[in-house]
Amino acid sequence: MHDREIPIWFFIGISLLVNGILIVGAGIWEIVHPPPNPVVLFHLHANVWWGAVLLLLGIVYCVRFAPGRQS
Amino acid sequence: MMPAMALSVPTRLVHLSPVDVVIVVFYFALVLAIGFYLKGRANTGEDFFMAGREMTAWVAGLSFLSANLGSLELMGWAAAAYQYGILATHWYWIGAIPAMLFLALVMMPFYYISRTHSVPGYLKLRFGESSRALSAISFAFMTVLMSGINMYSMALVMKVVLGWDINFSIWVSSLTVAVYVALGGLRSAIFNEVLQFILIWAGALLIPILGLIEAGGWSNLKLQIARNASAEYTHLWSTLGSFNNNPMGIHWTGIVFGLAFVISCGYWTTDFLVVQRVLAAKDLRSAKMAPIIGAAFKMLVPFIVILPGLLALAVLPVKLTGEAAAVGSGGHSYNEVLPLMLARYCGPGLLGLGITALIAGFMSGMAGNVSAFTTVWTYDIYRALMNKNAPDAHYVSMGRWSTIVGVLISVGTAYLVMSFLSIMDYVQALFSFFIAPLYGTVILGMLWKRATGPGGFWGLLAGTLSSIGMWAWVKLDPSALRYVALSPNARDMAENMYRALWSWIVCVVVTVMVSYMTKPKPDVELSGLVYGVTAIPREDEVPIYQRPLFWAAVVGVVFVILNIIFW
Repeated sequence: MHDREIPIWFFIGISLLVNGILIVGAGIWEIVHPPPNPVVLFHLHANVWWGAVLLLLGIVYCVRFAPGRQS
Repeated sequence: MMPAMALSVPTRLVHLSPVDVVIVVFYFALVLAIGFYLKGRANTGEDFFMAGREMTAWVAGLSFLSANLGSLELMGWAAAAYQYGILATHWYWIGAIPAMLFLALVMMPFYYISRTHSVPGYLKLRFGESSRALSAISFAFMTVLMSGINMYSMALVMKVVLGWDINFSIWVSSLTVAVYVALGGLRSAIFNEVLQFILIWAGALLIPILGLIEAGGWSNLKLQIARNASAEYTHLWSTLGSFNNNPMGIHWTGIVFGLAFVISCGYWTTDFLVVQRVLAAKDLRSAKMAPIIGAAFKMLVPFIVILPGLLALAVLPVKLTGEAAAVGSGGHSYNEVLPLMLARYCGPGLLGLGITALIAGFMSGMAGNVSAFTTVWTYDIYRALMNKNAPDAHYVSMGRWSTIVGVLISVGTAYLVMSFLSIMDYVQALFSFFIAPLYGTVILGMLWKRATGPGGFWGLLAGTLSSIGMWAWVKLDPSALRYVALSPNARDMAENMYRALWSWIVCVVVTVMVSYMTKPKPDVELSGLVYGVTAIPREDEVPIYQRPLFWAAVVGVVFVILNIIFW
């Protein structure tokens, strides 16, 4: 790689982080305001825990591959 | 490598909430940001067309797989799984894994050591200019046409799934791809493909997880499929003893010799769309590891593609039908199975991510087509046949412009297909004509030093013409199917398998005959190109867990176990 190139894994971390935040937020909103026509298995609140998984992975990737950090 | 898809029901399957729209828009912003960021790192020809040959094995391997993992591939094979059952998995396992491992261990050293920038470029080094011209022109022509067909199909999917205007989908997605590939070249395409690969998994993985929970696990799923469809739908091999015993109408010889031995090897080892990603690896070991990493993930893809199709057989309250029946009844067709499952389990946020996965799949496939076209056009057609001695900067500029022109031709093809739908079938057939013979030519070139330039050219031409001839024969006289596909009961896919096998055999036979009638090249001219006269670096110094052969063996063992489990 060229010197100080931002690794692709950092961009992936940003993507997972932002998507995770948005999906967890939407999931919590749905818990507070249950939709009139919920999806199948709504009681599992998949958007909360799946969003949380993406968010955590995003944080790990952003920290691990942050620009300037030795990989 | 994917079943033909057509969606003609102008209904809207899902409705996006504001948070879904934000997720989709954020995705477009991020891929464009990556393109702009990488613009300054694509100044030389080696940077623009080969990503500087600096990619790690992981980046090259995921990109290698992602370029193939288009959204139509996802939706098409999910539909095939609903229609034909687990047999569709053959296109992911025996129809991919052995070929990828073969590329890694046997062919990659010659591609990499020869320092070629493309597959037609290898043919030039091995067989001469005429073979390169034939292969480059056919590849460039077919690649932009296929890209246009995929673009139209994707716009149609967005119309059916989201109600988006077809023109909006075509122009927004194609211009985005044109911008980030023209700016950052192959490096930008590869970076975005890795991002798209992750998003495809993030968006699609939840469907099989929740589906298995709803179905009550794999054992219960099999029972429900046996009740709703047939117990044959969950067996990979045990129904392939006869053309009539399985929903696909195919025999195991077609799967093994046609699909695995010819079509799959031809696609995964000589289609420059995927091989280009591996050529960008930073060293030979990374170039060998990249297809092995790709193979490991390819084995998992049926989990997000085939399993949703099988789950739909068990859990969907409606029965999906063929396109014509769906239009007549106002119901849903097989091709809508993945969006239907997405809408079944995914609420706000997750739906946006799932739609982003479909868009990402489309864009990774299109970027793969466009970047491969750009390299072949610039190096193997423009530089080879029109302007041999221009400075490097001129070819980079040509690469950027040909990216934009390639996208515009694809857009034109998309509109052409919109007006004349039958073009889609013809172009998909045309593309298949070149793959099997090209594999015959390349494999003989790499493994048999007696093969000569005229032998390579005439073998490639004869194989291609024989494939076209067989296709036309069956079109004009459908009863010819009993000769081409060995059975009057064979379906389209079986016909494709056997046509590929025969055209490969014709290519090999003609190449061998002409080679024996013409003068061979001296060994010194074949060094770096052919087995037996090329010094391949040994890996004795490297720990066993870092050797490609070790990981290929691991992948191979898992592949065998999976086939036995689902026999």
